[in-house]
Amino acid sequence: MNIVVCIKQVPETTEVRINPETNTLMREGVKSIINPFDMYAIEEAVRLKERFGGKVSVLTMGPPQADSALREAISMGADEGYLVCDRAFAGSDTWATSYTLAGAIKKLGVFDLIICGKQASDGDTAQVGPGISTHLNIPQVTYVKKIEEATDKLMKVERMLEEGYEIIETPLPALLTVVKEINEPRIPSLRGLMKAKSAKITMLTQKELQLDAQQIGLCGSPTQVVKIFTPTPRVGGQKLTGEIPDIAKQLVDLVKDEVN
Amino acid sequence: MDYLLTDEQKMIKELAHKIAEEKIRPAAAKYDISEEYPWDVLKVMAESDMFGLFIPEEYGGFANSTMNLCLATEEFSRACGGIAVCYAASALGTIPIVLFGDDEQKKKYLPDLAKGKKVAAFAITEPEAGSDASGIKTTAKKEGDHYILNGLKHFITNGGDAETYVVIAMTNKSKGARGASAFIVEKGTPGLTFGKKEDKFGIRASSTRELIFTDCKIPAKNLLSKEGMGFIVTMKTFDMSRPGVAAQALGIAQGALELAVKYVRERVQFGKPISSFQGIQWMLADMATEVEAARGLVYTTARMVDAGIKNVAKESAMAKMYASDVAMKVTVDALQLFGGYGYMKDYPIEKYVRDAKITQIYEGTNQVQRNIIALALIKEMAR
Repeated sequence: MNIVVCIKQVPETTEVRINPETNTLMREGVKSIINPFDMYAIEEAVRLKERFGGKVSVLTMGPPQADSALREAISMGADEGYLVCDRAFAGSDTWATSYTLAGAIKKLGVFDLIICGKQASDGDTAQVGPGISTHLNIPQVTYVKKIEEATDKLMKVERMLEEGYEIIETPLPALLTVVKEINEPRIPSLRGLMKAKSAKITMLTQKELQLDAQQIGLCGSPTQVVKIFTPTPRVGGQKLTGEIPDIAKQLVDLVKDEVN
Repeated sequence: MDYLLTDEQKMIKELAHKIAEEKIRPAAAKYDISEEYPWDVLKVMAESDMFGLFIPEEYGGFANSTMNLCLATEEFSRACGGIAVCYAASALGTIPIVLFGDDEQKKKYLPDLAKGKKVAAFAITEPEAGSDASGIKTTAKKEGDHYILNGLKHFITNGGDAETYVVIAMTNKSKGARGASAFIVEKGTPGLTFGKKEDKFGIRASSTRELIFTDCKIPAKNLLSKEGMGFIVTMKTFDMSRPGVAAQALGIAQGALELAVKYVRERVQFGKPISSFQGIQWMLADMATEVEAARGLVYTTARMVDAGIKNVAKESAMAKMYASDVAMKVTVDALQLFGGYGYMKDYPIEKYVRDAKITQIYEGTNQVQRNIIALALIKEMAR
C-alpha cells in the first residue's frame, strides 16, 4: 500500500502570534513542531504499512526549516520525505495550498491512500485535506477514528460525528483525515532517529511541479484576511438565585435590559 | 555544563528524555502505589531500542557502552527511580553475558535482551551474604553435562519478571571466594521458583523477589566463563554497572532539583515567591553544584569504562558513592523546600527521597564503596 501523509509544521503554542501588518503567522522565537493531528496521520500510515507492506511518503509545504518535521516523520517509520518549498508558494491560503499539494502528490506517482490530520492547530480550518481530495478527484472521508477493514481496493472506516459515528466504505485511492481517537503516536526508535538524520529529503519547487501560476501562492489565494484576532475567553455567566418566581422576574428584567 | 556529547549520545539523551516525560512521569505515582511491574513502559523503551544501548552491535544492540546506559538511566530516573531501575537491573543482568559469555551464549541470549523482548536480572545476594559475598550458600554441583543448583537468593531486582538470570553459586565451597561460579538460568527451568515479593520503601515500581533453587538442573554450557570465576564475573560486572547506579542516583537528584526550582518560583509567602529569598537561593545553588559535580564523576567514569581502561574499580566506587550521597542530600533538601506540602503524598517530591535511599545501599553499600576506594589508594601508594 502506497500511502502519502500530508503534514504541517506549526508553532508549539496555543497562543499563535500574528503579524498585525501582514496578517501572517509569526514564527520567530517559537519552537516548531509537527501539527499534533498530523502525528496521528503519520502513525496510522506507518501501522498500515506494517500490516500490508508498501511505502509511506510524507509531504509538507513550508519554509526550508520544515525539513525537520519530515525527518521526525521518518524517525517514526515513514520512508520518504518531500518538501514543497518555493517563494512562489508563499502566502498560500487553503485553496492554493491544497492545489499545490495535490500537484505534488501527482508528481510522486501512484498512491493508494492519502492521510491528513483533521486540521492544523494554528489555522484550524480543516480545509486542506478535503481540498486535496477535490483537486485530485478522489473520495474523502473526514474525521476518521478507526480503520475497520482495508484491502488494496477498499477501506471501511468509522467516521466521528458530534453524536456517535458512522461507518463508511470507500474505494481506494481515497483521502482520509484522522482525529486523535484513532491511535497513540509512537515514540521514535533510536534506529529510526539515526535513519532520519541521514535521510534524503526531496525538494519540490515550482520548477519541478510546473503548476498553474494563477493558482499558487498569494495571487492564487482567494481568501482575503481582513482581520485576525484572538477571541477573548468567555467569562463566567451570572447565576440567579432565590425563589423561582423571583428568578423568573430577574431574568425577564435582564433580557429587557439587554434588548434596550 | 556542556559534556561535549557526540551527536549519537545527544540523540540517546533526547530520546530517553522524551520517553521519561511522556511515558514514565505520568505513570510514576500509579506504579509507586500499585507496585505492579511497569511492562507497558518497558515496552516503549524496548520499541525505542533502549535495551540495545549496552549490547554490542553484532548481537543486536548499538554498542557496548556504559555512557549510553548512563545517559538513558539518568533521564529515566529524573522521572521515576523505580521504573528506571527495572531498566538498569536488566543491564546488570546482561553485562556479565556481554563480558564473559562465549559466542554461543551471546548469540542465544543477547539479541532478545537487546530488543527488550526479555528482561534480565543478576542474582548474588543471599540472606547471609550481602556485603560479604563470600558467605554465599547456594551451590552448583556438576553431574554429567549438567549443574544442579540448590539454595536461596533474595532481594533480586527484576526477580520473577526477568526471563534471563545470571546466578552466582558455589561450585567448590572449600575454595572460598575462588569456589564461586556464574551461571545463566532461564525462567521456567524446573527447580527455579520465586518467593515473596518485597514491600519496599522506595523504587516500588520495580520487583524484588526471592529466587528459590531446588535441585534446579541447568545445562553445563550455561556456565559463564570457567568454574571459580564467579567473583571475578561479579566484580567486573559491578565495575561496569556501578556508573549505571550512579546515573540512577544522579537522575533522581536532578529530577528532585528541577521540581524544587519550579516549586519555589510558584510558592508565594510573605507576598513574594519564596525563590526570592536568599536562604532558599543558597540551598538551590548548593544542590545544583553537587548534582553537577556528581554528573562530572559519573560521565568521566563511564567514559573510562568505554575507553577500555581496565581498572576502574576506584572511580566506579567513587561515582556510585558520591552520586548516591548527593541524591540523598538533594532529595531531602528538595522536600524541605516544598515545606509541609512536600511531606504529603499528593506531591511528587517525597517519592524522590524514598527512591534515592536505595542507591546508597545496593550494588555495594556506600561503606563498601569507601573500602574499595581506600584500598585502591593504599595499593597505589605501595606500588
